[in-house]
Amino acid sequence: MIRETHLNIGLVALLMAIPVWALIADEPFIITLMTRAVVFALAAVGLNIALGLGGLVSLGHAVFFGIGGYAMGILAHHAQTYTPLAEWPLLIEGTKSMPVIWLAAIIASTLAAVVIGILSLRTAGVYFIMITLAFGQMFFFFAISWSAYGGEDGLSIYVRNGFPGLNTLVPVHYFGLCLVILLAALFLNARLAKSPFGLALNAARQTPARVETVGLDPTRLKLVAFVISGAITGLAGALFADLNRFVSPTMFSWQLSGEIMIFVIIGGVGRLFGPVVGALVFVALEHLLGGLSDYWHIYLGILLLLIVLFGRGGLIGILCGRERVHD
Amino acid sequence: MTDPILKTHALTRYFGALKASDAVSVDLRPGEIHAIIGPNGAGKTTLIAQICGGITPSSGRVEFMGRDITGLTTRARSREGLGRTFQISALAMEDSVLQNAVLGALGASGRPWRFFGPALKDSVLRDQAEDALRRVGLHDHLHKRTAELSHGQRRQLEVAVALTLHPKAFVMDEPMAGLGSGGSKQLTSFLDGLRAEAPILLVEHDMDAVFALADRISVLVYGKVIATGTVDEIRANAEVQKAYLGEDT
Ligand SMILES: Nc1ncnc2c1ncn2[C@@H]1O[C@H](COP(=O)(O)OP(=O)(O)OP(=O)(O)O)[C@@H](O)[C@H]1O
Ligand SMILES: [Mg+2]
Repeated sequence: MIRETHLNIGLVALLMAIPVWALIADEPFIITLMTRAVVFALAAVGLNIALGLGGLVSLGHAVFFGIGGYAMGILAHHAQTYTPLAEWPLLIEGTKSMPVIWLAAIIASTLAAVVIGILSLRTAGVYFIMITLAFGQMFFFFAISWSAYGGEDGLSIYVRNGFPGLNTLVPVHYFGLCLVILLAALFLNARLAKSPFGLALNAARQTPARVETVGLDPTRLKLVAFVISGAITGLAGALFADLNRFVSPTMFSWQLSGEIMIFVIIGGVGRLFGPVVGALVFVALEHLLGGLSDYWHIYLGILLLLIVLFGRGGLIGILCGRERVHD
Repeated sequence: MTDPILKTHALTRYFGALKASDAVSVDLRPGEIHAIIGPNGAGKTTLIAQICGGITPSSGRVEFMGRDITGLTTRARSREGLGRTFQISALAMEDSVLQNAVLGALGASGRPWRFFGPALKDSVLRDQAEDALRRVGLHDHLHKRTAELSHGQRRQLEVAVALTLHPKAFVMDEPMAGLGSGGSKQLTSFLDGLRAEAPILLVEHDMDAVFALADRISVLVYGKVIATGTVDEIRANAEVQKAYLGEDT
């Protein structure tokens, strides 16, 4: 068995080494693939906080991913067409600045997560899954019908948005930016898991009656986890749209919600680096098998089946065994 | 006579046609251990859940420290100072013993909205948790996963979590169950001292413990209190003997 810390260090090294190699070998497409993996991982880090720590099986996380994507698309669209987003009650202009776009993505997905969370957390179990799925579908069809922003066709932007001091058009610059954000999110996730909030949330997942008996509110703990989770996935959505310079209603689709969940499950639910492993494996399979067959999802399905049947802790569980208890 | 800290007024609870609590009026006075005994299914746990939250009475009231708490949530009752232990351990099984105790201390602190510093390095929380674990004799198992504890040790951890709350009254549902004779003697002497800190409403099947500890005993049969009194009074009560204690006492 490998120590989980060692595996995590190895994964970070891998995330850095592959793009460096690609740079030297002049393989920009590999860098783009790695960026895709990193952004997917970030989306799944978000879900992992709700799912792994809070036990909330959300099949609607594409809502936040899509909101982040549209935050990017809408702001950049207004900037490139020189039209204001709103003139009343105050003038809001579009922007091509990533930090501003990220902030907008985080705020919008936070608000959505508060509303969806309050409504969904009135239910539990299968009903929770269904209601989050239903929200996903609502946003999906709303985006399709929102003709001001491309409706079914989505929105394209001409050039990637900018970040002070970097040339985001250079693949490795953008990759670096995304990687730093992913690592920051993982760091926050690690701290969160051990914090007083994380401890209470962990208990709320396992035994809500106990949490109430010590005077805390398990539902509120889960709601806060859901909101943090949605905000992170929303930020990932903005990065994803910027990577593709394109956003469309498919970012809201239930398939995407399912994929984000698949990343977490493949890597290991509740494991800090589970989302990273899951996203890397997914993007690798998509690239290697996708070239061979249009039906590569069959292999993904088989992998998923094997993991769910034989390795409840995902790939990290298979490699490292059960999670150690903190001390 | 001192005023009771905790008092139920004619608590009645139906489950369909079944009357699980039938006009139960019991009280708990400062410094005492009041034992509730009764056969399986008599409605002891149902009574506790109406006192501590979880089951709403069909009628009747619960009064705690002079205040009507019948309409309060479980968490509000805990914050008012009720320390409950569960008959079927409700612990975070994947977490360590220490983490479970820290959860109690965290609840008592009322400050769970801290997202960054490690909970186990918070010296206030940790001291409270370790102190409670030491008192119940679990201090050697701080970092053991709760799922790996023996049944008896889980009962001890239940008590430890309640201790971290520093409640004004304990409400314990069969803390001795499954402890074995050594463990239950140890817990008996611990509870004996604990009543000086806060009175205990003690549901218990272990008659040795009950007779050793109780200042008063109430006997619950089919949801109804058929007798309340001192150990000697209950032992001598003919109705109780017939309904519950049998010939061997
Ligand atoms: N949620 C419920 N729904 C329906 N019936 C219930 C419920 N909870 C308890 N009962 C019934 O109420 C009666 C009292 O149950 P309770 O658990 O309070 O008994 P108890 O005295 O704690 O028993 P034990 O000694 O086995 O713990 C039993 O007949 C039980 O089946
Ligand atoms: Mg019971």
